[in-house]
Amino acid sequence: MGTYLPNTKEEQQAMLREIGHGSFEELFAQIPEEVRLKELHLPKGLSEMETLDEMEAIAGKNHRFRWIFRGAGAYDHYIPAIVGSVTGKEEFLTAYTPYQAEISQGILQSIFEYQTMICELTGMDASNASVYDGATAAAEAAAMCRERKRETVYLSAAANPQVIEVVKTYCYGNGMRVVLVPERGGVTDPEALRELLDETAACFYVQQPNYYGNLEDAEALGRIAHEAGAKYIMGCNPISLAMLQTPGECGADIAVGEGQPLGLGLAFGGPYLGFMAATQKLVRRLPGRIVGETTDRDGKRAYVLTLQAREQHIRREKAGSNICSNQALCALTAAVYLSAMGAEGMWQAASLCVSKAHYLAGALEQAGLSLKYSRPFFHEFVTITNGKTKAILEALERADILGGLPLNENEMLWCATEKSAKAAMDRAAAIVKEVCGA
Amino acid sequence: MNHPTELKYSKSHEWVKFQEDGSALIGLTDYAQDALGDLVFVNLPEAGDEVTAGEAFADVESVKAVSDVFSPVSGTVAEVNEELLDAPERLNEDPYGAWLVRVENITEQEELLDADAYIRFCEEEENG
Amino acid sequence: MKLIFERGCEGQGCTLLPECDVPAVELDVPLRKTPLRLPHVSENELSRHYTEMAGQVHGVNNGFYPLGSCTMKYNPKINEKAAALPGFTGIHPLQPKHTAEGCLEVLERTEQMLCEITGMDAMTMQPAAGAHGEFTGLLLIKAYHDSRGDSRRRKIIVPDSAHGTNPASAAMVGYEVVSVPSGADGCVDLEKLREAVSDETAGLMLTNPNTVGLFDKNILEITSIIHDMGGLNYYDGANLNAVMGIARPGDMGFDVVHLNLHKTFSTPHGGGGPGSGPVGCKEFLRPFLPESPFGRPEHSIGRVKAFHGNFLVVVRALAYLLTLGREGIPEASRNAVLNANYMMEKLKDLYPMAYDETCMHEFVMTLEPLKRETGVSAMDVAKALLDYGIHPPTMYFPLIVHEALMVEPTETESRETLDEVIAVFREIYQKAHDDPQALHEAPVGTYVRRPDEVQAARKPVLRYAFTETEK
Repeated sequence: MGTYLPNTKEEQQAMLREIGHGSFEELFAQIPEEVRLKELHLPKGLSEMETLDEMEAIAGKNHRFRWIFRGAGAYDHYIPAIVGSVTGKEEFLTAYTPYQAEISQGILQSIFEYQTMICELTGMDASNASVYDGATAAAEAAAMCRERKRETVYLSAAANPQVIEVVKTYCYGNGMRVVLVPERGGVTDPEALRELLDETAACFYVQQPNYYGNLEDAEALGRIAHEAGAKYIMGCNPISLAMLQTPGECGADIAVGEGQPLGLGLAFGGPYLGFMAATQKLVRRLPGRIVGETTDRDGKRAYVLTLQAREQHIRREKAGSNICSNQALCALTAAVYLSAMGAEGMWQAASLCVSKAHYLAGALEQAGLSLKYSRPFFHEFVTITNGKTKAILEALERADILGGLPLNENEMLWCATEKSAKAAMDRAAAIVKEVCGA
Repeated sequence: MNHPTELKYSKSHEWVKFQEDGSALIGLTDYAQDALGDLVFVNLPEAGDEVTAGEAFADVESVKAVSDVFSPVSGTVAEVNEELLDAPERLNEDPYGAWLVRVENITEQEELLDADAYIRFCEEEENG
Repeated sequence: MKLIFERGCEGQGCTLLPECDVPAVELDVPLRKTPLRLPHVSENELSRHYTEMAGQVHGVNNGFYPLGSCTMKYNPKINEKAAALPGFTGIHPLQPKHTAEGCLEVLERTEQMLCEITGMDAMTMQPAAGAHGEFTGLLLIKAYHDSRGDSRRRKIIVPDSAHGTNPASAAMVGYEVVSVPSGADGCVDLEKLREAVSDETAGLMLTNPNTVGLFDKNILEITSIIHDMGGLNYYDGANLNAVMGIARPGDMGFDVVHLNLHKTFSTPHGGGGPGSGPVGCKEFLRPFLPESPFGRPEHSIGRVKAFHGNFLVVVRALAYLLTLGREGIPEASRNAVLNANYMMEKLKDLYPMAYDETCMHEFVMTLEPLKRETGVSAMDVAKALLDYGIHPPTMYFPLIVHEALMVEPTETESRETLDEVIAVFREIYQKAHDDPQALHEAPVGTYVRRPDEVQAARKPVLRYAFTETEK
């Protein structure tokens, strides 16, 4: 069996004796006999070598696709080598939340830098230090908008279904009402939004680009929300923010999103990164940790966790959120990624995404599929497959390609990123063509 | 510690200054600001909100704590001191200048102490 | 040190992405007008920047880290190696099941082992952290009562010694918090508890061992009081490290439990996260669990997070569970408790314990007498420890103890380390009497010294302000 205990059995016994206990049993005397566990039914412990063997064997049961044309909330982007080198540093990896500022400046400053970068990307005034993922960020943002007489959350039906579901679950908890605003032609229907919003509207959430990859008229939707007195929340893909109108420019009150594309692996869905930024007016409603700049006793620039009286450890049941642990190391990952990419690299990534996705869409069209929507899209799009979804996916899988996400037997949601090589897209299109018999 | 004689005081450490027009300014006493330490933010109600004697209507934040502020009177908030939102330090520096709200249409008030009685009350709290 | 934005200059950067191999497409939609200001640094500069910052961070790897209630145990390297396997990192969360069987096995096996350790019947790995687990667990309780049409149960009982997350989580599910005072022994006051329960009680949230480090010996009676009134019992697993393989929440009368894999199961905390907060429950609550890759239970509360939780954190925990196994798990707890009692015994003549009894995996000292005698506060002692390369204990928590320092050494510290730290504590005690001013001044050797938190909160500066000329 493996163990990480430094003390030998002899040392343990000596320590027990030294503090006046005859045995370990005595240490647990407080625990009533009735609740003592008689036997723990677990396998015998393993040596390190055996553990690695076992974990490798388990990992070996997965298939890692050579080419991935699937997104839907998790995106296959290139991760610069420097990213893992920084996040693997044991100081960052093994520290707790930076409560003791004097010995946590590195973490605090890295969060301050991250907050700045998120503000830059989103065009908002202030960012927090992260939440669990894009979906919980949307749910937390909705809760931020609650007012005494405004307790309804409006969600675009063209948002990622998992985000919608998480917001609904949070609202089951806090009692806010949820209304879905229907989509028309692959984007949120502005007329429906205008009609549905009423005086109980706390906020309206739209995803940009939306679940189908289509680009929303985000500025116009924001105006409609504001006219009804609702706050405007945009859930954004962070790569697209290098290119598209920012939430700030669209008039958003809160910008959130899934930060996974910023240097985090697919990793079967996590850990990912929920980013959240808001206007100055809403700063004190942001949930979770926030780092601020100040000076120390010697007048030196220093960073601390700040505005803490918002948080659960002080405000307890009156806190706006219960979040405590966040995704700090993932925020660090994003900061390193953004630093390595720089503004030009981010533009390049966004523009590669757009060009490749349009190429893939064109190739698939030529192969016999048709595009469901005829709207501008970023790096995802929906094809109609004429009942061939299953056959297409199976054929692609044989070629080590993960095809688009089946929305149903007749529709697929595809994604391309800077990693999608032309040759692979051509190959995928050829396979699709074969299946479609075109 | 400074406790002006023209003011009335509550046992939860707020001061009240009744105005000629029947409204009242409410703030935190010197004793309160001293006990709370450096205040960094104040959450105020909005003009038009109702306040009830004995119930919390605002809270003040220090770095590591948040404390409710109770209203000594029942009435309607006529005005809030928005200056405090940008300069919460005024609550520490000038507790009797830094009023939180002005309340009008006062219908009810708690039993309030005059300055001498309040000083005695604070001494008892200290020793208790 | 410099901020990343203050390094390098325009034009510097890394070459990362290839040229476009397909025709370039330009979008005909409104594009961003605000210039994007990101760092422009070479890879070397970037690497050094973070190396310099890492040098200003104290992690478990740097030294003793007895942060009470956070279980800062050693993070085994094999866990990292397992979590870095491409067979885990490269798997899309929406891959077809037959291509992700290894991932499903990780979830399933971890769930089974954690159910055995907690005495629960089912578990969700979706919650991303302890507080997220609390929220999920309370939603299960709420959904259960709602499913029975028992919707007047809107109160949750929480002891006054609880972590702040407990009442905050309760509020997030719309529950009213009823705080019950602890008894003189630091445990739940049974009489007060009986007074607090009613037919409006949805449940009780309890940490056991509690936040003062004591195992509540009346636990069976406590959970019965709640059950008899129709409420459910929620176990906050923050302190499970004391009793793994020794006593199980499921056998104590708890219906729901959350765990913190980043505490008890050795996954690194990453400077604040990611963690993982699986929630276990008894059979009758299984139908309410969140959706999982294995299906959607009949009365599911839905989802608390996209996909399947912080998966790579679960991978690390599985590696740990496999390594320790049936002997190693209880042995870890026994030694966590031994180390805590050892430190407590060797300090209690100088630092009075809030509750002077055999403790579990942590203990709480009160520095009230020291402060009275010397003016040296818990904060001063904490800051003094920094100069010795020791991370301070948790300060000023639980709230029911004045001038509290909560010490949790964990099982992965050697006697040698404990003896050294005990000597430091004793030295600081002496210094408090000889030269209290020196402790008010502490720390002196750290990169910064007691940053001004008041200034930070009064005039928040939450982002770097680029100068006009910076792009």
